[in-house]
Amino acid sequence: MKGDWAVFRKRKRDFHQLTPAWNILFNLIAGIFAFACVFPFLFVTIISFTDEKTLAKNGYELIPDQWSIEGYKYVFQTGDSLFRAYGVTIFTTVVGTVISLIFISLFSYAISRKSFKFRNFFSFFAFFTMLFNGGLVPTYIVATQLLGLKDSIWALILPMAVNAFYIMIMRTFYSTMVPDALIESGKIDGAGELRIFTKLVLPLSLPGLATIALFSTLGYWNDWFNALLYIDDPNLVPLQSMLMRIETSMQFILQNSQNSSLSTGLLQNMPQDTSRMAMVVLATGPIILAYPFFQRYFVQGLTIGAVKE
Amino acid sequence: MNAIGRFLKDVIKNRAMLLFVLPATVWFLFFSYLPMFGTVIAFKEYRFSDGFLNSIINSKWVGFDNFKFLFATEDAYIITRNTLLYNIVFIIFGLILAVAMAIILSEIVNKRLAKLYQTGMFMPYFLSWVIVGYFTFTFLSMDRGMLNQILNFFGFESIQWYSEAKYWPLILVLINFWKIIGYNSVVYLAAIMGIDKSLYEAAMIDGANKWQQIRRITIPMLAPIMTILTLLAIGRIFYADFGLFYQVPRDSGALYSVTNVIDTYVYRGLKVTGEIGMTTAAGLYQSFVGFILVITSNYIVRRFNKDNALF
Repeated sequence: MKGDWAVFRKRKRDFHQLTPAWNILFNLIAGIFAFACVFPFLFVTIISFTDEKTLAKNGYELIPDQWSIEGYKYVFQTGDSLFRAYGVTIFTTVVGTVISLIFISLFSYAISRKSFKFRNFFSFFAFFTMLFNGGLVPTYIVATQLLGLKDSIWALILPMAVNAFYIMIMRTFYSTMVPDALIESGKIDGAGELRIFTKLVLPLSLPGLATIALFSTLGYWNDWFNALLYIDDPNLVPLQSMLMRIETSMQFILQNSQNSSLSTGLLQNMPQDTSRMAMVVLATGPIILAYPFFQRYFVQGLTIGAVKE
Repeated sequence: MNAIGRFLKDVIKNRAMLLFVLPATVWFLFFSYLPMFGTVIAFKEYRFSDGFLNSIINSKWVGFDNFKFLFATEDAYIITRNTLLYNIVFIIFGLILAVAMAIILSEIVNKRLAKLYQTGMFMPYFLSWVIVGYFTFTFLSMDRGMLNQILNFFGFESIQWYSEAKYWPLILVLINFWKIIGYNSVVYLAAIMGIDKSLYEAAMIDGANKWQQIRRITIPMLAPIMTILTLLAIGRIFYADFGLFYQVPRDSGALYSVTNVIDTYVYRGLKVTGEIGMTTAAGLYQSFVGFILVITSNYIVRRFNKDNALF
């Protein structure tokens, strides 16, 4: 024991490190901020498990007088719209991410190739969209009037499919990670461009692709703006957008409940606040559970993104 | 003729790569370039008629009238002021806070605790603005919110947060920092981890203490990435985070004087009031000034240090 303490003291005096007082202060600052970041989610979870009457009497409390799972019960009883919204979100996230990956990886690979004659033109073609854009109204008019995306599932997918910034990141990634010699050797072995890309280049660029995929997945999962713009059909409402619609009233969820016999009497008895918070918890749950695992890759991705060509 | 011939030959020679860029190119045409030409609406009195092209062609040309109307309203001043002021605060204090937090995390002795803090701070980045709006409501709700409960406990009156504009500049700034500081500090933390350790060793041999090391090594080594990120942010200074200004204040009309930014104004013009021409003018004003700002700020950085510039 004594030996351990000596080692501990010795380490504490290490000139590399902060003095104990500063270390405690830094821990406090970082710890309090980190807690403040997590706290609201805990709070909403507690509210979702609070009894509705207690809520009406005492407001949102950290330690409610009366716990209850009524909120969740109602959500599951009338939950068709929640599950449909889950379906819409999962579909757009999966399909959108795949489309994004295909479009972005192909484009950025081509402009990373020095042998590609038009690489500068296409690089600028993508880059310029980061500098200037038509704005919301013309984009909306093109999407609705020309492409007919109004009330279409593609309205949730296509507007977010390509992103010039990701293209820049991937181009940098290819040009630093994929050696020219590799491509040359593929050519000598008689492989076509598509074969070289899929068999030689893609395996090497998996970390970069994973990063783009993660960012894109998060973007699709959390999107509500495209739904706000383009979607009126209640069957196509994604998760975030549904939460938005029930923000002030649970009406939306009842209107779209298939248990219409159930819904007539339900609105009065429905634990509105707790049900709403239960939905927030159910919608946020997957991402909260998944993010500590993904965080590592995000950090790697941010580092890749920070590399400038 | 010869030039065309050579061009066609190049096209054939590069056909594989041209096929590779095709899907994203089509996407860019429809979702980026066509809307750029669509800004011509800003100079027209837009009328929906049959089809996309017809609507644009048949609308009456009014020159700069839409801009004149826009800048004659008080809205133009309010949305410009709000967009700019919020972004300036976000850029300056966001930079200071993110770098400070990265340095704090990098210096904490117990690396496991530092990792835990970092994981906590990163969480808000994964949540949508809708969720953040709900979180905010649990604190600010008039009759049930935690903040009013605390106020009442200390004998103060409840405050109707969602209709008192004066509190919102502070609330929005705090919430924005809450959401992004963790994420941004990770970028700087990654850069700090990449700094050559021998620099610190050399400094220690020369007798530099921790603070001198931070001031003379860490911060200067972070300067390039700080410049690039700030430059990107300055280029976007005319753009506001729509979610922050729309979801968090719950689109409350009483707060428009401090929550209306160019993006929310354009959205409402399009979907609520339907003033297409004037709204497009506002959007074009935003894109155009944004464009000038990116070019200028990049030019200035180039003059000082070419390596730190964006392009």
